[in-house]
Amino acid sequence: MKQFFIFVKKEFRHVFRDRKTLLMLFGLPIVQIVLFGFALTNEIKNSKIAILDYSKDALTQEIITKIEASNYFEIDQSISSHKQLENAFKEGNIKSAVVFPDNFTDNYRHLNKVQIQVISDASDPNTATTLTNYLSSIITDYNQSQLTAKPLSYQIIPEIRMLYNPELKGAFNFVPGVMALVLLLVCVMMTSISIVKEKELGTMEILLVSPFKPILVIISKAVPYLIVSLINLAVILLLSVFALGLPINGSLLLLIAVSTLYIITALTLGLLISTTTASQQTAMLLSLMGMLLPTMLFAGFMFPIENMPIPLQVISNVVPAKWYYIIVKSIMIKGLGFSAIWKETGILAGMTLVLLAISIKKFKIRLE
Amino acid sequence: MRTILFILQKEFKQIFRNKALLPMIFVMPLIQLIILPLAADYEVKNINLAIVDNDHSSYSQQLVSKITASGYFKLAGYSGSYNNAFDLIEKDKADLIMEIPAGFERNLIRNGNNKLLIAVNAINGVKANLGGAYLNRILMDFNAEVNLQWFQSPRYNAQPTIEVASSNWYNPFMNYNFFMVPGILAALITMIGSYLTALNIVKEKEIGTIEQINVTPIKKIHFVLGKLIPFWILGMVVFSVGLWIISYFVYGIVPLGNVAVLYLFLALYLIAILGLGLLISTYADTQQQAMSIAFFFMMIFMLMSGLFTSVDSMPTWAKAIAHLSPLTYFIEVMRMIVLKGSSLADLKWHLLAILSFALVLNTWAVLNYKKTS
Repeated sequence: MKQFFIFVKKEFRHVFRDRKTLLMLFGLPIVQIVLFGFALTNEIKNSKIAILDYSKDALTQEIITKIEASNYFEIDQSISSHKQLENAFKEGNIKSAVVFPDNFTDNYRHLNKVQIQVISDASDPNTATTLTNYLSSIITDYNQSQLTAKPLSYQIIPEIRMLYNPELKGAFNFVPGVMALVLLLVCVMMTSISIVKEKELGTMEILLVSPFKPILVIISKAVPYLIVSLINLAVILLLSVFALGLPINGSLLLLIAVSTLYIITALTLGLLISTTTASQQTAMLLSLMGMLLPTMLFAGFMFPIENMPIPLQVISNVVPAKWYYIIVKSIMIKGLGFSAIWKETGILAGMTLVLLAISIKKFKIRLE
Repeated sequence: MRTILFILQKEFKQIFRNKALLPMIFVMPLIQLIILPLAADYEVKNINLAIVDNDHSSYSQQLVSKITASGYFKLAGYSGSYNNAFDLIEKDKADLIMEIPAGFERNLIRNGNNKLLIAVNAINGVKANLGGAYLNRILMDFNAEVNLQWFQSPRYNAQPTIEVASSNWYNPFMNYNFFMVPGILAALITMIGSYLTALNIVKEKEIGTIEQINVTPIKKIHFVLGKLIPFWILGMVVFSVGLWIISYFVYGIVPLGNVAVLYLFLALYLIAILGLGLLISTYADTQQQAMSIAFFFMMIFMLMSGLFTSVDSMPTWAKAIAHLSPLTYFIEVMRMIVLKGSSLADLKWHLLAILSFALVLNTWAVLNYKKTS
């Protein structure tokens, strides 16, 4: 046991001696939570749209004012022909355009029917749909308000209640996601590198011939990163609550306990990578190239998992971040207790055991 | 000139000798390019709806069957109490609750109006908004049907109406893959380019072989070029495979614009991104440091560059940061050339931006690289 602590001490020295990495280790989660907590949103706003008005009369002006008043858009009125419109789309200056035909007011008054064209740049389908919906509903609203005699009718009035996140803040969705991402990647990368580094430099041989048990060598490598990650977790939680205004509705203790489990899962994953690779370069590329985008996508905070094709839904189950993301949302935002997350916690624990078993099996105590 | 050729020979030998590295450079990005766009689909469908029916009247039945027939919603539960339905929300089995109050049909006819509660799990704003909007539209339709049963509508429409005709340019079928594939390809190229250069040079530092090179008459610029050119070529190859084999054959995305322009941008962009890797390597002493710095930038690039979420919707300061990332420009360029067929003239500002990134990053890196320690 005494030996073990000596080894842990050695590892701590390694970690703290490297100031640049240390700065990154602590700076990265802070910067990212703040940056993404404030900046990322799934909402569509401030989109630039063009208004092409061939009539320029009182009625079109009124509708344009209505569109301006909605504050969803930045309006460009400098466009005066279809040719210019196409160029503006190609230069990427506008995302949508509203086209009023000739003689708008006349047709409206005399033919009782007039058409407005809404064109959207569907190379980004999500933005296109949302903008078209916004614009149509503004125009329809205007049309409704112009009707003089409202027909007598029965009305169903829907009352919409936004649960958990009444202001629809992006942070409620992104912070748990970024937490899952940052904790996982930092742990995987750092453990895998620190072990492979000893292999590459040849110091692993020295450790292996020592009377110290090989498995303890590995565990002592993980301990500093566990502690660094716990500090990071604390900082992330403080920032989320005080800077981003996220609630912790459930038990803080439970959240910390489950996060510790998640960190350990990530550490064992790093361990597995380190036992299967020989050079730092490979280990890093595996843990970054191989994991950054998949974790981002399959955690479920960017794109809903239930929308994916079935095979991908199955694949998403092996991504630890997915389970952790569900847990964090449940505890922090929904305020649920352990009874609601025992299944996810069990899965994380199971993954950890399996990863650990494989890496112990693969860990070579002999030199090649 | 001859010096560079020798250095290039050495670099290529080292790259091809490493049997673990090469598959990772080629296979991993391409597999990701095949799989990830399938996962990245914003189209909201299969919204799980829990219905609480306190009325059990023929209207409430009709409303429920109208909603389930719409195709947007899946019935997650049909329960007698709000608490049961809320349970489903807590377990993520349902995204929305619609509660039909007791006496819904009677009150609607007797009082002329009646309220209906819709509760939305708003943690994911998009889903909440869209789900609420879809449900609202169905309710309005249903409302109109009810009215039609009770009132005779006028024979002709005396009220003036404004119709909205919407058209979707450049991607009329609203295929999300068209949006994601070029973006993800750009992101993968960025990762390969910056990681590889950063690691490669630092590795020489760590092993100590860089000192051997430093004592030779090889000039700074030769050494740097010798490091950049192989990865520049690799980047071009990986990109071409991604663009032609995966994007074209697997996803059927035919670049609409001029491919030569696309490659011009790629060539410049690769120089910029390799310059970033080079710059990182001049500041880092170990591979671990290089990796953590590269990771830091990569996370920011991935999330801020408009790959998944819109840059326009960010607050102003965040938009400024997004425009400090070369990836933001390259993703836009990719999407504009491939999907919209934009020409070089349309993209002059993007060209200028990427060119400046290439110049600044590389100059900075070369200045910062010291042959003496």
